[in-house]
Amino acid sequence: MNNMISLIFITIGITFNLLGCIGIIRLPDTYNRLQAATKCVTLGCCSILLGVCFHFGFSDAGIKALVAIPILFFASTVGAHALIRGTYHFGIKLGERSIKDDYKEAVK
Amino acid sequence: MSDYLNILLYVQIGLSVICLYRIIRGPTIPDRMVGVDIFGILVVGVCAIISIQTERSFILDIGIAWIILSFIGTLTLAKYLTGKKLNE
Amino acid sequence: MRYVAVFILSLIFWLLLTFRFTVPNLIVGSVAAVICSAIFARYYFHNVYKFLQPHRYFWFIIYLFIFVWECIKANFDVAYRVLHPAMPIRPGIVKVKTTLKSDFAKMLLANSITMTPGTISVDIIDDNLFIHWIYIRSEDPEVYTGMITGAFEKYIKRIIE
Repeated sequence: MNNMISLIFITIGITFNLLGCIGIIRLPDTYNRLQAATKCVTLGCCSILLGVCFHFGFSDAGIKALVAIPILFFASTVGAHALIRGTYHFGIKLGERSIKDDYKEAVK
Repeated sequence: MSDYLNILLYVQIGLSVICLYRIIRGPTIPDRMVGVDIFGILVVGVCAIISIQTERSFILDIGIAWIILSFIGTLTLAKYLTGKKLNE
Repeated sequence: MRYVAVFILSLIFWLLLTFRFTVPNLIVGSVAAVICSAIFARYYFHNVYKFLQPHRYFWFIIYLFIFVWECIKANFDVAYRVLHPAMPIRPGIVKVKTTLKSDFAKMLLANSITMTPGTISVDIIDDNLFIHWIYIRSEDPEVYTGMITGAFEKYIKRIIE
């Protein structure tokens, strides 16, 4: 029973990872790629770790997988924030379909 | 059951290869760095699936250490992109 | 006082990570936690007594449920935009004003915004958050401030401030 639940969680996670990787290939500029990839891949890997937690139950490995979820979450969101800020300061323009840029006058 | 887990493991490794495509092909430097960041997160999923297959728990430790190292690497690369020195 | 709080938190983290309740393990964990709290405790927790108020934990659990629901919604939103043949995106960076005061609350709000549908936080300057939005739904600052921060701000204010 636990094995079935863990397989279902892992399958959902890999589906989300697949959507994130399609986003990283298909979207037109850096900001949108980072946006799609960070959300999908973070939730996908959290789902895989939750599946691992269900598979091992209440033991050392299960608790370890559960502890890894908040670490992964904070690491990936803060990393994405630092990366998108660095991209803007590096001088990459927003894509040609973008319509608004409030950050430009705040930086100067 | 075990075969199905094998298939899932190969799919996850294939997704990492898609990220490698973005690292090799990406037109600008930030694109490559996005690829590196996402690659680091995907490897954690690979570690988790291998820990189910082998029933060993130390591979999850490798995963946690990989998260933290990839986080520090991403922060360093982002610092490089903003054009500052590393001690500011 | 805050040294004790950091010590207890890091000891709990060590025990969860190793999950072995023997005496040598406890001694090693205590030494590591003492070193951590001696070095890092001066940066965190300006008011430790907030840990002892139980209603903050209640709001934190409600916040967790809302947050997970928003995460799942965000993933289906990204899936729709990626798989649609014409890719309906209209990106841009908007400025949002927040009323939160402490640094930790601002960090939590920025992380929550990163995981909600279509938004990612770019920078925080004083009270203004700069948000990259993949599909700008309205041009009015009042409306989009409510759309982006409205769901989380009041809960974070109840949890932390």
